[in-house]
Amino acid sequence: MTIPVRLIVNGEMVEAAVLPRTHLADFLREQLGLTGTHLGCEHGVCGACTVRLDGAIVRGCLVLAVQADGAAVQTIEGVSDSGEIADLQAEFAARNALQCGYCTPAMLLTAQDLLRRVRVPDRAAIREHLSGNYCRCTGYQSIVDAIEAVAIARSQRADAP
Amino acid sequence: MKAAAFDYLQADSVGQAVALLSRHGDSAKLLAGGQSLLPALNLRLSAPALLIDIGRIASLRGIAVAGGVLRIGATVTHAELLASPEIASHAPLLTRAIAHVAHAAIRNRGTLGGSLANADPAAELPACALALGARILIDGPAGPRVVAAEDFFTGLFETVMAPDEVLVAVEIDLSPDAAWGFEELSRRSGDYAIVGLAAHRPRHGTPRLAYFAVGTSAILARHAAVALAQRGATPEGIAAAEAALADDLEPHDDPEASAAMRLHLARVLLRRVVGPWSRSA
Repeated sequence: MTIPVRLIVNGEMVEAAVLPRTHLADFLREQLGLTGTHLGCEHGVCGACTVRLDGAIVRGCLVLAVQADGAAVQTIEGVSDSGEIADLQAEFAARNALQCGYCTPAMLLTAQDLLRRVRVPDRAAIREHLSGNYCRCTGYQSIVDAIEAVAIARSQRADAP
Repeated sequence: MKAAAFDYLQADSVGQAVALLSRHGDSAKLLAGGQSLLPALNLRLSAPALLIDIGRIASLRGIAVAGGVLRIGATVTHAELLASPEIASHAPLLTRAIAHVAHAAIRNRGTLGGSLANADPAAELPACALALGARILIDGPAGPRVVAAEDFFTGLFETVMAPDEVLVAVEIDLSPDAAWGFEELSRRSGDYAIVGLAAHRPRHGTPRLAYFAVGTSAILARHAAVALAQRGATPEGIAAAEAALADDLEPHDDPEASAAMRLHLARVLLRRVVGPWSRSA
């Protein structure tokens, strides 16, 4: 039994038929070819599958594709192409805030989620917000550095005359 | 892993959800936020034949204050609770507790009703419901009923709800000038607690001390509450309450903590939560 769904993915209307058991991350990867959303544990622990659903970050492995019917989804591809997080991406690269890169798309989306809500979070707040995203290369220090640097740079840009 | 195959139906009303549950019995499960159910499905700990999605039922949503009662719809998410000014002013215990529930991405989907109906012994919200003396509103084939939180949780992932019933809402009587507190100990931020305590003391009345991650379900420490009510949140009262916890709790051993360590930590949390009350006692 497949179920028809209509949703907006990275600004484009998508119509598809999905199996009920297909979760959103598999749908994005397998049916839409958007493989920037990664799958680690598939039970909500590692955070690698983070995507935006109607503007809020969610676990792509813990949302069924049918539940996203009628919703707007943004993946790392969309957020990257729009330029929204270009400064975060540049800072991650400059500070080696990734080694294998598997966790990086989700780290970026989670970091941007925090920076949209808190102008300049302190390091404890950054760590708290990232606490649901695992990096198994243990690169947290430089990830926090990068996010903190971007927060400060954005606030200085906003303050500039 | 991937979930085993299942069918999926959306319920448009609570009545329709109850009818579907009645028809399909134990082979069906309700889906709301899915933040506990989908991991169980993906791990194949559970393999229902049918999921009934109640996530779009309008009557299950919303937070309202009327007639001295705070009413929270079953599918209000953790994130909505955390952001709600009504919750912050009328049930600040919930606002504090929610910050300890998992992580932002999970709080954006997980629901109050789901947490209560799942009855995970290490979850924060069942203990909050006990501490706040909440009423659980349930609907089913025989019509609606109301169950006090202290009668709702019956064991490990077990509640009084029948398989064909739906948790509809939670009601909490407003309790101005109450003392309250929340603490939990966990290895890492967002992990399940090793021990946790949600506590609430109405302006006039006995405190309610609800522990979680100690034993098979969230539990009210009644002897300790009586000790506090008799002697107040004084050093003597707190010491008596700490001693009484041995009669209230049945801590379990697991790889994270022994039963003795849990009882010790339960006492530590009691001091941390109730100690500040002495200034207002």
